[in-house]
Amino acid sequence: MRKFLLAAAVLLIAFPSFAVEPSEVLDDPVLETRARKISQGLRCLVCQNQSIDGSAAVLARDLRVLVRERLVAGDGDQEVIDYVVSRYGDFVLLKPPFKAATFVLWAGPAVLILLGLIATLIFFRRNRAYAAEEAVVTSLTEDEKRRLAALLEDET
Amino acid sequence: MQKRLLFLLPLAVFLVIAFYFARGLQLDPRKLPNMLDGKQVPAFALPPILDRDDYGFASTDLPGGVSLVNIWGSWCVACRIEHPFLMQLKERNQVPIHGIDWREKTPEEGPAWLEKFGDPYALVGDDPVSKAAIAFGVTGAPETFLVDQKGVVRHKQVGPIDAKIWDEILWPLIETLRRNGSAG
Repeated sequence: MRKFLLAAAVLLIAFPSFAVEPSEVLDDPVLETRARKISQGLRCLVCQNQSIDGSAAVLARDLRVLVRERLVAGDGDQEVIDYVVSRYGDFVLLKPPFKAATFVLWAGPAVLILLGLIATLIFFRRNRAYAAEEAVVTSLTEDEKRRLAALLEDET
Repeated sequence: MQKRLLFLLPLAVFLVIAFYFARGLQLDPRKLPNMLDGKQVPAFALPPILDRDDYGFASTDLPGGVSLVNIWGSWCVACRIEHPFLMQLKERNQVPIHGIDWREKTPEEGPAWLEKFGDPYALVGDDPVSKAAIAFGVTGAPETFLVDQKGVVRHKQVGPIDAKIWDEILWPLIETLRRNGSAG
């Protein structure tokens, strides 16, 4: 029981950790929340698949500090993001922006699904038309019935 | 005939997508575009490193002639590889090289490195918290920027400069810039 409690306690403290160091945290909780939100959308350029909020790389740390300094200086969220993008390009954004160059990325899946739906629709429509055509000629004519009977008799 | 072609359509679509994916896999995600190309050097003013306490390095030093801005650090292994070639360039005296000493753990490390291996730089600034490095959009060291007479960034070279890169990329660019510009 004791061991179980200990294990449970350990699990409870094992929340996802963030790389933000105590010395970086701003005194103003509103600004800090904004800084965290901005940082979570910016890619760490050293580890590439982490946000700067979650990365322990020194460049990520310096970028976090820069984000906070700019917020303290009175920049809006978008201004801060725009500054970082102006230095590193759209790649620094974990969520790519919607524009001409990324059109295929955003619209591609929807377009493919649409094309698939259209293709399926056409397929079933044709199938139905084909089945209807077939239904007309399913019954054998008298002549055919006689030939079939003759064939069956031959076999036996 | 037309129907048969229609059956080949999914295969064709697959091949096109596969081609782009295969090409995407060959790309190096570390190669970022140079966002500063054709733009004015970002404003920065860095303090000097130790033993060079006369003067640091600022963006206002750059207009006037073609120059290289080299981001380096004593912790950076590739910079050590690049360093002998920078010394050679200094001896040839073809173009001034300025240094941004990036993210030294202590202020002594950068100067000690220059002391030990040689100092190829005309001006050096200390950048312990990536102020200038971020302004330049640097992601790793060494990175070298070619700046023209008007202080406009013309080229970013990621990784160590060697004789091949110098002969094939940087020197031709410098010559063109000098031919087109007045001073430098």
